[in-house]
Amino acid sequence: MVSLLLVFFVSLFFMGVVTRIRSLTSGRKGPSVMQPMWDIVRLWRKGSVYSTTTSFIFQLAPITYIASLLVAVLMVPHGSRAGLISFEGDFIMFAYLLAFGKFMMIIAALDTGSSFEGMGASREALFSMLAEPAFFILMGSFALFTGNSSFQGIFNGLYYGSHFSYMLGGLATFVLIIIAMVENSRMPVDDPKTHLELTMIHEVMILDNSGFDLGLIMYATHLKFAMYGSIIASFFIGSLPLWLSIPLTLVIQMFFAIVVGIMESFTARFRMGHNPQFIFILTSVAILIFFGVLMLLGRFM
Amino acid sequence: MGKTLFELINLLALVAIVLLPLVRKGKALFIIIIFLQLFLGSLLALGVIVGDSIEFFYRGTAVTSVVPIRIDGLSAWFILVIGLTFFTGIWYGMHYLKRYTGERANLTLHYLSFVLVYTALIDICAVQNSFVFLVVWEIMALGTFVMVILDNHKSKTLKAGINYLIQSHIGILLLTLAFIWVKLETGSYDFNAITGFTSSLSASAGLFLFTILFMGFAIKAGFVPFHTWLPHAHPAAPAHVSGIMSGGIIKLGIYGILRMLMLVRIDMVMVGQLLLVVSVITGVYGVMLAIIQHDLKSLLAYHSIENIGIIGIGIAIGCLGIGHENPLLMATGFAGALLHTLNHSLFKSLLFYSAGNIYLARHTMNIDSLGGLLKEMPRNGYLFLIGSLAICGLPPFNGFVSEFLIYKGIISGIITSNSMSVLVILFALLGLVIIGGLALICFTKAFGIMFLGKPRGRPEPVTEDEGKSYPLILTALLILLIGLFPLLLGPTLVKVTALFGTARGVAEPYGLREAVNSSMIIGWYSLGFILLTVVIFLLRRELVAHRIVATEETWGCGYQGDNSRMSYTASSFVRTYRKLFSPLLNIHSSREGASGLYPVSMGKETYPGDKVERWLIDKPLNLSKKLLERFSFLQNGNIQAYILYGLVFITMVILLPTIYALAASFIKILNQL
Repeated sequence: MVSLLLVFFVSLFFMGVVTRIRSLTSGRKGPSVMQPMWDIVRLWRKGSVYSTTTSFIFQLAPITYIASLLVAVLMVPHGSRAGLISFEGDFIMFAYLLAFGKFMMIIAALDTGSSFEGMGASREALFSMLAEPAFFILMGSFALFTGNSSFQGIFNGLYYGSHFSYMLGGLATFVLIIIAMVENSRMPVDDPKTHLELTMIHEVMILDNSGFDLGLIMYATHLKFAMYGSIIASFFIGSLPLWLSIPLTLVIQMFFAIVVGIMESFTARFRMGHNPQFIFILTSVAILIFFGVLMLLGRFM
Repeated sequence: MGKTLFELINLLALVAIVLLPLVRKGKALFIIIIFLQLFLGSLLALGVIVGDSIEFFYRGTAVTSVVPIRIDGLSAWFILVIGLTFFTGIWYGMHYLKRYTGERANLTLHYLSFVLVYTALIDICAVQNSFVFLVVWEIMALGTFVMVILDNHKSKTLKAGINYLIQSHIGILLLTLAFIWVKLETGSYDFNAITGFTSSLSASAGLFLFTILFMGFAIKAGFVPFHTWLPHAHPAAPAHVSGIMSGGIIKLGIYGILRMLMLVRIDMVMVGQLLLVVSVITGVYGVMLAIIQHDLKSLLAYHSIENIGIIGIGIAIGCLGIGHENPLLMATGFAGALLHTLNHSLFKSLLFYSAGNIYLARHTMNIDSLGGLLKEMPRNGYLFLIGSLAICGLPPFNGFVSEFLIYKGIISGIITSNSMSVLVILFALLGLVIIGGLALICFTKAFGIMFLGKPRGRPEPVTEDEGKSYPLILTALLILLIGLFPLLLGPTLVKVTALFGTARGVAEPYGLREAVNSSMIIGWYSLGFILLTVVIFLLRRELVAHRIVATEETWGCGYQGDNSRMSYTASSFVRTYRKLFSPLLNIHSSREGASGLYPVSMGKETYPGDKVERWLIDKPLNLSKKLLERFSFLQNGNIQAYILYGLVFITMVILLPTIYALAASFIKILNQL
């Protein structure tokens, strides 16, 4: 329950912080931290324009997208405190729910019949497929490390004994940050602020969405960031008491937002052809973590 | 009771053979007989699932010796799964076959093959005498061949059918070799002799025997590299036969492998690791090739290969569980594999029937020439969507439940097993995740390009026939039912899975029931997900009820002309993927470039090929063809020459022993010197 409230709370201003950091690094004052959220609220109150080519799928997709994300958020724990849904192997359902949302968004993009959106859909499908193994191997490694297969069990059993385990925590954070960037189609992989449809991934997929639906999709990005931030935070808060863990989570989320902001300001988008290699790095880092855990447990032969 | 039912089913098949060709109203008789058989078969299987297994013996003949009939949980499970696919397939087929009303002889043969194949299926699951088993297996193979070649005036169909026939006989040959080996050593055709025989063999010989058996069954199931008949046979067969073949008949290969695993006594860790590697390769290879297919039915055929891979991963996890004596691994692995067998037969048959409806409406299976079908055939479209989501293993549909079980087995395998197995299981995890991701690309492509967007070209409008979609709706409902309430199947799965333990003298393994049941709670969360979606949908409807809603053309960067030919095609959708994986794929492309100052036309065509087929089938075949062509002068059509061959042959037969005796005595004399 704590984690749920924290995720919602953080989602309100996460993107605001990112935008602020981007403005500050480029020497501008920047809008208020709440501005992106106000934009979404404004969208929620608007009417919509639908393409004549689209079918009911196009209207259904944003709803299933946000619903799948909400159920996934329910599974996110707060350190050793379980989320509202917690069972053995919950991270598998977590990943598959997100995939469900993605499936619907991709076919919604194809529903418009626009070649721009088809192109975005094709890239989104490929890149998210490439990022998926990293998450599973990461969670598999920590399942091996702690002997548990639920989020709550994993974060509960996590202890930092040696220098080695700190390294694992660091690598895991790196992997999760990049996964969050790929999943949200942010900087090194995709540039949401680019001016040309041909070079976008996520933004071009939602070209034809408007009004309430667009608001839902935009909010989903905020929620996704906060959700991944919450998972990253769980790596470090363990079973600390609430009065310590809640501020710590907020600090970590803040730190995460600042990292995202700085990455967005100082890196350029890759050429599309280079994205697969970059995303493959994630899987190799995750396999590195796996071998690290095997060594740590002395199970290597 | 069981015996009577079993005999009745076989008797009905005999009645059908005699009566079907004679009566005028063949269709009515066929429907009565096949549905009666289906009913009796399900009754037989349900009796076993609820009660005890059935065992009785026929005295047999001097050749076959005693024929034991044993129907246990495993047989019953497969009888039910295959029966279900037959039921929906024949129901759908009745509509699909309306186009063939004139061809009475062809249809009668087609009906008869259904009856024979279904009877053979029941017998395959029941008979445990390897001689009789091979006979019924052969009946099944031949019957399926007849089913596939319904369109026998097309040379492509015949070619695919003959390809299937040859490959399935290679499988039978391998099985025959293995069974003969067992018979020679033990003197018994009874399957139970395999148990004793393998425990007396050395470890490597036992593994060798299992490998031969596995290859024999793998050809039927479609494990890579024995899969090459599948992508030819499925597109050639009519839609209902494709559905039945993919959903039911290839599952017999899985049944065979599971049955043999239950019987053999060899190093299960080794078997598990080998099977895992083969299955992961099968799964990933299947879906990798599925993505680049332009033909919807061969896309679905490659997906059958992928799903066989997933089932194989489950079986392998189960074997590792037996080997490491880990009940959780065993339970989740085998239960996952069994459930995925059922799930695959449901969603794959749904997709094939749906593809059949598209074919009836548009007379093409080329994904790139279809588009915007959802508006013309909405019912078929949404059914195809359900099938697509289920085959990608997404919640809240049934594919997720079985994949979840297998995932859970993998994770607990990683936690509990030791070094070598951990690495292999990590490979399986990687494979399963990649399979899931690639399946998503494949089905967003198939559904998105065919059903959404704008129609390509100027097709005639179609009206949806309601009757054609009832069997599909039934299948879709079952998909959702299993996805939301998997607990319904829990006890059955526990009972069947426990057989793998009891076959090895262990009573129901500790924790099996809990392991299967606890995995099943995901159904409730899936239900919650659906409810949440509905709530948000209603909320949105309330909120936007009084807003302004306008309709406009799709945003095309200002271009307002007719852009139906500009929308994304399936080939362009998978272009990035194709470029990325091109070293592993085999794509022939022909290009007609623009030339001259005013180029008139240009174009590019790509045909997806299969690397395994090329190196394993085509190249060796071409080589042997070259070799044999050197002897083609022998077959010169000259009757005198043929008489000469006969004469030479007879002379040789008579002379050879004489020459041999002479040579022997000559050597004897030499020795004496």
